[in-house]
Amino acid sequence: MFRFILRRLIVTVPMVLIVVTLTWGLIRLAPGNFYSGEKKLPAAIEKNIKAKYGLDKPWYIQYGRMMGNILRLDFGNSLKYENETVNDILLRTLPVSATLGVCAYLIALIVGIFFGTLAALKPNSKLDYVSMAMAMLGISLPNFVLGPMLVLVFSLSLYWLPPARWGGFPSWNLILPVLTLSAIYMAYIARLTRAGMLEVLRSDYIRTARAKGLSERDVIVKHALRGGLLPVVSFTGPALAILISGTVVVERIFAMPGLGNYFINANLNRDEPLIIGIVAFISIAVLIFNLLVDVAYAFIDPRIRY
Amino acid sequence: MNEETPPQVPAETGRSQDNSTRDAASPALTPRGTPAAPPIRAREGDEIHAFPETAVGEGDVRTAGARAEAVAGTSLWRDAWKRLLRNKLAVFGMIVVALIILASAFGPFVIRKTTGYTYDFIPADSKLIQSFPPFTAPDGSFSWTHPMGTDSAGRDVLARVLQGGRISLMVGIISTLVSLIIGITWGATAGYLGGKVDDVLMRIVDVLYAIPYMMIVIVLLAFFGGQSPLAQIFLLFAALGAVSWLTMARIVRGQVISLKNQEFVLAARAGGVSTPKIIFRHLVPNALGPVIVYATLTVPSVMLSEAFLSFLGLGVQAPYASWGSLSSEGIQNIAVFPWQLIFPGVTMALTLFSLNFLGDGLRDALDPQMRKF
Repeated sequence: MFRFILRRLIVTVPMVLIVVTLTWGLIRLAPGNFYSGEKKLPAAIEKNIKAKYGLDKPWYIQYGRMMGNILRLDFGNSLKYENETVNDILLRTLPVSATLGVCAYLIALIVGIFFGTLAALKPNSKLDYVSMAMAMLGISLPNFVLGPMLVLVFSLSLYWLPPARWGGFPSWNLILPVLTLSAIYMAYIARLTRAGMLEVLRSDYIRTARAKGLSERDVIVKHALRGGLLPVVSFTGPALAILISGTVVVERIFAMPGLGNYFINANLNRDEPLIIGIVAFISIAVLIFNLLVDVAYAFIDPRIRY
Repeated sequence: MNEETPPQVPAETGRSQDNSTRDAASPALTPRGTPAAPPIRAREGDEIHAFPETAVGEGDVRTAGARAEAVAGTSLWRDAWKRLLRNKLAVFGMIVVALIILASAFGPFVIRKTTGYTYDFIPADSKLIQSFPPFTAPDGSFSWTHPMGTDSAGRDVLARVLQGGRISLMVGIISTLVSLIIGITWGATAGYLGGKVDDVLMRIVDVLYAIPYMMIVIVLLAFFGGQSPLAQIFLLFAALGAVSWLTMARIVRGQVISLKNQEFVLAARAGGVSTPKIIFRHLVPNALGPVIVYATLTVPSVMLSEAFLSFLGLGVQAPYASWGSLSSEGIQNIAVFPWQLIFPGVTMALTLFSLNFLGDGLRDALDPQMRKF
């Protein structure tokens, strides 16, 4: 187990470097640059700008400097928000995105597991069909359609909830974005739970548990869920990938100052240090998170050995 | 191999690879279309061997083959088709998808002929350059001219939604094809060659799986996009295809591994068929069932990614429009002109919904053992 974790951590470093190199390469190969707009700059000014940002050095020195920054986890100053370092921006925006993501995932877990289990207990019943059709709807309805529609109903027509903006952690502002973000997770989790539970409920150890005379509630909560939720646990890895694109959209719709919103702006502004910083940070987060999921998997399912 | 094809099979589709596969695999079990069967049935019988070895185990193949022989002319594809038709949701999905494809293909012509509007037609009369609600004439009375209303420039939303459907469906289908080509080649090569090659190829897939690729696609489109609207669409095909082949590669690899030790491959090898030919003419056609199923489910997910990128302003650009970019425009005006978002958004959701149901139904019909999600 320890060796497995160590090996995975060692693999993480080159993978982050590959992702960052790819991103950096794309930025550098692209035509144009961040400082020239429509107008051509005078040569002297352009030279000064290049010198200031180290762009007059050969590419391998620039690349080496960027890599050094990443290994020290110091990404330098943003080009657009000049008096902030990339680390400042990460620290400021991460809590917003993390709050959205964690709340959305928790709600999705509760709702998804609940309906998935109910559907599995009575397969091919009305409840099963309705909840699976709802789940399919959740997978198919793009969040940028769902979000504005929720705003239209609950903010602009009923005036119940604020339509946008960040308002700190427990606040009414969170409800609509979290609902929008959690819809797709809910759907996936419900489907996964149903599939996993259907399989487990047929297995021998459930029959044993029933034969022992356990109540149906104990059979399901204590025995079946543990095996039936394994697919949900392994979904948590890919879920993070969905979360990244999900938060980008939700933060833009609801004007939230989160990581995703800044990432898009950084791309539109060609803010290289900020792009590299966010890409590196998210890659590290995704890889470590995937590792945690794998470790958790081994604890939950004793059949798995690394 | 092909010269040995039994002459009694009407190979009208030119699927010679299937024929050669058939007689090499299990000639005794071959369920053929009865001679009296209509041509279409014979063709389906012809294709049957593309499937049975793939998802089910050896024993199942035998029983399936035996059953198919007992009931004359019933192939596994035909069985699958029957199973699909029994699944109401899948049939619903199939009909809706067909209708939307037809509407996107021919709708714009019909609208141009009947009302004179095209997706980029802006009326010359400045009083018409504003957003009217659905079924409303400029004077507020009922009118059939704009069933989905007009957008802020006075353009017909229905024409734009149908035109957008062309782009969205095209991106979905072409990117899926790109992912199919990469995934099949990659997975089949890894699975057939095995050993070191397999290790390296599949390790690369594992590594790529863990990468938050959407971020790289965003960087790619932000920095290389915007050259020209047409180039942007091609960039989308390539980018989305290049990031969605991973699961396909895994599926094909698994199929090929389970197939490659069967007699028909041995026979082909003994007959001196080259390795690429064995992979692409003998193994891949036999792995088609799961590939079709997964491809059907890739189309909606690629369309969703395209819409997501277009929503961010990085995807399809004017004068072209997709459901994603139309929704993005609609969101700007949601408070006043909600129909600008609702129609493209709901059309898109309905399409994805139907495609997902169709894909699910196909999986249940073709490949009952692959049920996972």
